[in-house]
Amino acid sequence: MTVAVNPSQTGEPVFYVADEHPHPEGYSTSLGFWIYLMSDCLIFAMLFAAFGVLGANYAAGPAPKDLFDLNLVAVNTSMLLLSSITYGFAMLTMQQNKIAQTQMWLAITGLFGIAFISIELTEFAHMIHEGATPQRSAFLSSFFTLVGTHGLHVSCGLIWLVTLMVQVWRFGLIEANRRRLMCLSMFWHFLDVVWIGVFTFVYLLGVLR
Amino acid sequence: MNTDTHAAHAHDHHHDDGHAHSTFSGYMLGFVLSVVLTAIPFWLVMSGTLPSKQITALVIMAFAVVQIIVHMIYFLHMSPKSENGWSMMALIFTIVMVVIALSGSLWVMNHLNSNMMPIHEMTGMK
Amino acid sequence: MSPDLLKLIFGRLGLDSLPLHEPILVGTFVMVALGGGALFAGVTYFRLWGYLWREWFTTVDHKRIGIMYMILGIVMLLRGFADALMMRAQQALAFGGSEGFLPAHHYDQVFTAHGVIMIFFVAMPLVTGLMNYVVPLQIGARDVSFPFLNNFSFWMTVGGAVLVMASLFIGEFARTGWLAYPPLSNIGYSPDVGVDYYIWALQIAGVGTTLSGINLICTIVKLRCPGMTMMKMPVFTWTALCTNILIVASFPVLTVVLALLSLDRYVGTNFFTNDFGGSPMMYVNLIWIWGHPEVYILVLPAFGIFSEVTSTFSGKRLFGYTSMVYATVVITILSYLVWLHHFFTMGSGASVNSFFGITTMIISIPTGAKMFNWLFTMYRGRIRFELPMLWTIAFMLTFVLGGMTGVLLAVPPADFVLHNSLFLIAHFHNVIIGGVVFGAFAGINYWFPKAFGFKLDPFWGKLSFWFWVTGFYMAFMPLYVLGLMGVTRRLRVFDDPSLQIWFVIAAIGAGLVFLGILSMLMQFAVSFLKREQLKDVTGDPWDARTLEWATSSPPPDYNFAFTPVVHDNDAWWDMKKRGYQRPLIGFKPIHMPSSTGTGVILAGLATAMGFGLIWYIWWLAAASFIAMLVVGIGHTFNYHRDFDIPADDVIRTEDARTKLLAGAK
Repeated sequence: MTVAVNPSQTGEPVFYVADEHPHPEGYSTSLGFWIYLMSDCLIFAMLFAAFGVLGANYAAGPAPKDLFDLNLVAVNTSMLLLSSITYGFAMLTMQQNKIAQTQMWLAITGLFGIAFISIELTEFAHMIHEGATPQRSAFLSSFFTLVGTHGLHVSCGLIWLVTLMVQVWRFGLIEANRRRLMCLSMFWHFLDVVWIGVFTFVYLLGVLR
Repeated sequence: MNTDTHAAHAHDHHHDDGHAHSTFSGYMLGFVLSVVLTAIPFWLVMSGTLPSKQITALVIMAFAVVQIIVHMIYFLHMSPKSENGWSMMALIFTIVMVVIALSGSLWVMNHLNSNMMPIHEMTGMK
Repeated sequence: MSPDLLKLIFGRLGLDSLPLHEPILVGTFVMVALGGGALFAGVTYFRLWGYLWREWFTTVDHKRIGIMYMILGIVMLLRGFADALMMRAQQALAFGGSEGFLPAHHYDQVFTAHGVIMIFFVAMPLVTGLMNYVVPLQIGARDVSFPFLNNFSFWMTVGGAVLVMASLFIGEFARTGWLAYPPLSNIGYSPDVGVDYYIWALQIAGVGTTLSGINLICTIVKLRCPGMTMMKMPVFTWTALCTNILIVASFPVLTVVLALLSLDRYVGTNFFTNDFGGSPMMYVNLIWIWGHPEVYILVLPAFGIFSEVTSTFSGKRLFGYTSMVYATVVITILSYLVWLHHFFTMGSGASVNSFFGITTMIISIPTGAKMFNWLFTMYRGRIRFELPMLWTIAFMLTFVLGGMTGVLLAVPPADFVLHNSLFLIAHFHNVIIGGVVFGAFAGINYWFPKAFGFKLDPFWGKLSFWFWVTGFYMAFMPLYVLGLMGVTRRLRVFDDPSLQIWFVIAAIGAGLVFLGILSMLMQFAVSFLKREQLKDVTGDPWDARTLEWATSSPPPDYNFAFTPVVHDNDAWWDMKKRGYQRPLIGFKPIHMPSSTGTGVILAGLATAMGFGLIWYIWWLAAASFIAMLVVGIGHTFNYHRDFDIPADDVIRTEDARTKLLAGAK
């Protein structure tokens, strides 16, 4: 905060704010949440590092080519992308104070999120069924952990989304709820950014290898 | 003086709400761009259009970087102004840390691999 | 009951998990139980539980949370130091066929616990506590950005400490060294609960540390009072900012490493195993990406404390403020580029080793610049040799020595000789004790009157100081010698009788440090008894320079009745010089956050979950996890988290101070 402080008219220096207005509630929230996201970003970076270092150690087990179905990944990616734009619509309708529409877009976002998680779980189940378990090789350990951590984040986002929908339904689009929806928006789009890294480095480059 | 600080506060507050100024066209532009930027790499890999794997890899990584920037601008509403530049500063710092930690780990571990691999595995490697 | 049912209820916890066969542990347990019982009975007898719960445990006041962090740090110091004494005694005795008094199984736990406790539960709480207490006051704020989170962070740290302490009497602690390198720490070689205690204690405390880092960054960025631009911030606040940036940028790495290790142990993945493509060396690489910034996390705030102390007790503005700030920022970035120097010998080639060797040596440049700034601040100053200043001078001498041995170790060929030797042990104790611990003591002596309204007794303080400093040199200089002679760390018995004399000297040094710790406890007790004599009514007992001294000692709940406006680096000094008049009228109600017990409950549940996971008591882990979700989400349904301190209360508090100040004149 850079506030220009001038001496008062009499030339006496001013040493305190006589007429004070406290910081509005949630004054630091968006910065704080952004910094949290940055720390989360480092968590993913380290998982990417683990995948980068261990991702080629197949231990004579299955390799990405044998396991990944790019069509499925493309569908999954589109689920996440669609959920991003629908969350954007929720934010736009929130700005216009349209509670019902906001709730509707949030619900649609949630459905896309659920679809994403379901597809991912299907993929995992399929791989485990084939014998490509997380225990099979360092490649699979780091694959399941990286993708699974992303999925876990999306699941947490879904729980949060439902909580916020309940709160909007009960208390309306009050300032606190708007702030929370804004934080979840950052969280949701951030997960989308991480997913760009996942589909590029894990799936596409994996299949290329 | 009092009005001064008051005005400054109000001014501050106004700027901090940088996230609120999202627009329909902004979201749509971001969405269209990211669909395109996602579709091309998938198509490149699935069809194998480009002559070599190295080139394909470089191209899709470039696409990923561009798409991340698109998301940052249109979905996360990053701008040098939000939070008086602190968001951007935090982001740049994080990127520096991520680059150091990622490239450093890869470099170090690659070096260890080439120095520490038992001989029989060296010869057995493809 | 059937064994299956027992296993379902208690996991792998059984009567044989209690270390009844270890007389030392049984003795310790009896003493702890008696002491704890007496404390419990005392608190109950004086009916203090309600008071403690309302005023301390559930508080969101950054000052009280800061004090609680300090108490945690000092209590854990006693535990960690007991381990140190045992190690020194063992190594001094175990010569000429003697096995000493610690069996290997126990000795390995002792050195692991010593390292873990000293770093995570002594140094971190002391540093975090000082930052928590001082930073909001220095920037003229009423509290931190997220007061509830602050309380939660503290209790998570306590939760971690509780798990480490529990491992003493229920089961055992890790026997792997303080960083738990695999494959030793993997399930195949450490099948018992020790490493699990390690993992969950650090994970739980780590969450608290990360959140408190985010909190303090936001506080410093967003809540500075009008006029305090970045380059007018006190140096301690600057170092606190850089430290918290490092915390947020490095603790996630620790979280990931420990999570991967626990996946290896619990799920059977192959990150750090010897088989199936796993790489134990990756663990070493990753944990030091966290580990190296960690030491700067500890030492930067200490640098800040020394800067405040030096300029206050030299009666001068800090020399080279700008260079000090830039040096701090440069150290922050560089601390991320040196992690490999912890494993030069692991097998990287010459290019990697020389890169990291050079970056390591570069760090000594900004650090050296700081040292000269302090010296030039003292130059031609009117130095008052009060306790904080004594600690600062001891720091300057000791830290330079430790820094120089550090530069020695940064040379890869030299490190090939000295790696994991006692030379290394001497080096890092040299910088951590000489830097962080002396810094924490300087800070405690400096800010104690601010926190409690009376100074600490100088006689016992000086006694403690001299015991500590001489004890430190006696304990660690011999280790340099031993290290150069080739003695490696973590040894339990020795063959070569010519080494014994050095270990005996080191043990005597540790004994002197013990006297130093006792004198410090005595200092607290004596100061409390003599509090009327040592009383500070001015709020500014040291004729100091920064904003925290502008308010009363101890400060009121709201810190400042009116938010200060800053014109100069040394804001309070500037106010004093320009005839600042304390406002006596016009007080208004002050908006403050309210206390909440949610932080204690959540951290308690997290600790229970950790305990369940350690002992494979799955129902407990699952139940506490679900309870955490419910309590956490429930908390977000409470929208009324603050209240107003009525103007009448503010007037009463401020009038009392006016009377005190009038009496002081």
